[in-house]
Amino acid sequence: MGHDTAEWVFVAIVIAVLCYVGVDSWIVQKAVEDVPANAEVIKVTGQQWYWSFEHADGTKEISTLHVKKGHAYVFEIYSRDVMHSFNIPDWVVFEDAVPGHVNHAWFAPDTVGTYPIQCREYCGLLHYNMRGSLVVEDDNAT
Amino acid sequence: MVLELQKPRPVWQIMFSTHHTDVGYLYTITGLTFLFMGGVLAMIIRTHLFFPGEGVLISDSATFNRIFTVHGLTMLFLFALPVANGIGNYLVPIMVRYKDMAYPKLNAIAFWMNPVGGALLWLGFADTTWVSYAPYSIIRAPGPAADMFIFGMKILGISSILSSINFVVTILKCKHPDLPLRRVPLFAWSMFTVSLMTIVAMPTYAAALIMMLTDRLGISAFFNPFAGGDPIAYLHLFWFTFHPEVYIFLLPSIGMMYEIIPRFSRKPLYSQASGVFAFVMLGIIGFASWGHHMYSTGMDFTTKVVFMIGTLAAVPASGMHVFNFLATMWGGRIRFAAPMKFAVGGIALFFSAGAGGVLNSAMPLDFITHGTYWVVGHMHLFLVGTIGFGFVAMIYYMFPYITGRMYSERWASVHFVAMFWGTVQTFFTQHLLGLEGMPRRVYDYPPEFTSWTQLNQIATIGAWIIGASFAVFLASLIYYAAKGKPANMNDPWELGGKYYYPVEAKNPHGGHSGY
Repeated sequence: MGHDTAEWVFVAIVIAVLCYVGVDSWIVQKAVEDVPANAEVIKVTGQQWYWSFEHADGTKEISTLHVKKGHAYVFEIYSRDVMHSFNIPDWVVFEDAVPGHVNHAWFAPDTVGTYPIQCREYCGLLHYNMRGSLVVEDDNAT
Repeated sequence: MVLELQKPRPVWQIMFSTHHTDVGYLYTITGLTFLFMGGVLAMIIRTHLFFPGEGVLISDSATFNRIFTVHGLTMLFLFALPVANGIGNYLVPIMVRYKDMAYPKLNAIAFWMNPVGGALLWLGFADTTWVSYAPYSIIRAPGPAADMFIFGMKILGISSILSSINFVVTILKCKHPDLPLRRVPLFAWSMFTVSLMTIVAMPTYAAALIMMLTDRLGISAFFNPFAGGDPIAYLHLFWFTFHPEVYIFLLPSIGMMYEIIPRFSRKPLYSQASGVFAFVMLGIIGFASWGHHMYSTGMDFTTKVVFMIGTLAAVPASGMHVFNFLATMWGGRIRFAAPMKFAVGGIALFFSAGAGGVLNSAMPLDFITHGTYWVVGHMHLFLVGTIGFGFVAMIYYMFPYITGRMYSERWASVHFVAMFWGTVQTFFTQHLLGLEGMPRRVYDYPPEFTSWTQLNQIATIGAWIIGASFAVFLASLIYYAAKGKPANMNDPWELGGKYYYPVEAKNPHGGHSGY
């Protein structure tokens, strides 16, 4: 009955592991949320059931987003109807689009290619098909 | 028609009874019925996702959305809660040495709300998802379905508050004066903890449901952003109730393992005190972590850190339970009868699910896993792997007590192997699907992502194995309740010593039952 040394040691090990997880995620998350000052703003709007984008220079795109390799971008995420979640899995861009709120996420792609964009929060009938694509282009190509 | 076969009684006598074992029996049977109904929906979902493409099994996404919504609601509120309450009704009065629950009529009323709430959820068949996030559930969710969902949940919420009040009063006021609270068996402690948690947590959601209803009727705009409301407020109210609710689902199962493991190890429990301490800790810390469901809603950094610490703080207490189980088994003469197999399998999967939970709560990793199949795998590993295994263990354990007959150990082994195999195959695979980026609650996925197709097929085959294991379970429950060998009612597993519940406690018409 009661506690003994083995149990205290076990609990201490668990707490030590948790402290490591906590401190490490604090450090990583702090770094991840640090938006570079020169990041270009892209407005992202989710609505049933597609994404639309507006670049800083006023260019508008629907479903397909073109960005340049090596630049930093910060997304301003809006929703026009229900909750959505803007997600580029390959670049770990993930933030909810909440009507009445503006949320932010940023990334700086460093490889050229085409990547899927999707919605990760249930938003109704065609939630499964609320997909788009991200095209990362070489900077000197244009 | 007779239900309890050793002592035949007409079915209406059980239905209109207020005796705790009869109400417990009704709860358990209702819970198991809904388990199989929800299980059929799960099989439909997994079979549909076997191949990419629309209309594989279900012709439109509206039906698919309704099916996974009702599957979730059924398994959580019509299976997990009623079965916990059912076993609690059977055992808590016996454990605190009282003749019945404190308020027998209230007990029966609380039970009879379950079929009503269940009927509303099933007849409505809403498509809001079980979380029913605003504003979808307010401005978009169609017609009577969502309103029936609101009323069904309302009734089930009231039912769980009433039964919680009953458990708290029974344990605090009706326990035998010679029995100090700290020596009350740990299963009763688990019911006590979850009842207190329900009383604190559930009213918040009850309020949120009423606000949602008036929002839907257009006479208020608490959560409707197009009339000045804030959907994030709904998320806070919802998760303030339903993160603690996770522990409300989980702890009775842990309590059941505390009931089974020392008996089948033929050894006293390692530490009653640390079990009580861990229950109370989980009961308190469970309220400090709801925000980890909302990291990505635009929460600021400091709030996220606070909720991450709150989430991680719950882990040592869960670890103490696992340690307690292992230390109890250590050096015991373990008899691996069906209840023990399921309990030990449940501990293994509890550990895996808990480790996955630590990863979820780490903020940067949450942004990879949140809203993907990782979360589906994670919470099913808890719900099937821990809660399901604990409940199945307890149902095998209670089987001789309820029916007076023995189940077949061989078929129970088949059930165990298939259920364990299927659980690991399905839900570990779903973790990987999540890391591949597949969102949850999708009707279809693009065929060009071949890894998604492969992993979905592995998960679906695992789900079929789980389904087959439960078909075995159902068949053997029915068959051996009628045809099983009569059990030795003092010691059905021949463990030696006095390890089982007194049969006299079951007689509803024999006046006071002693312990």
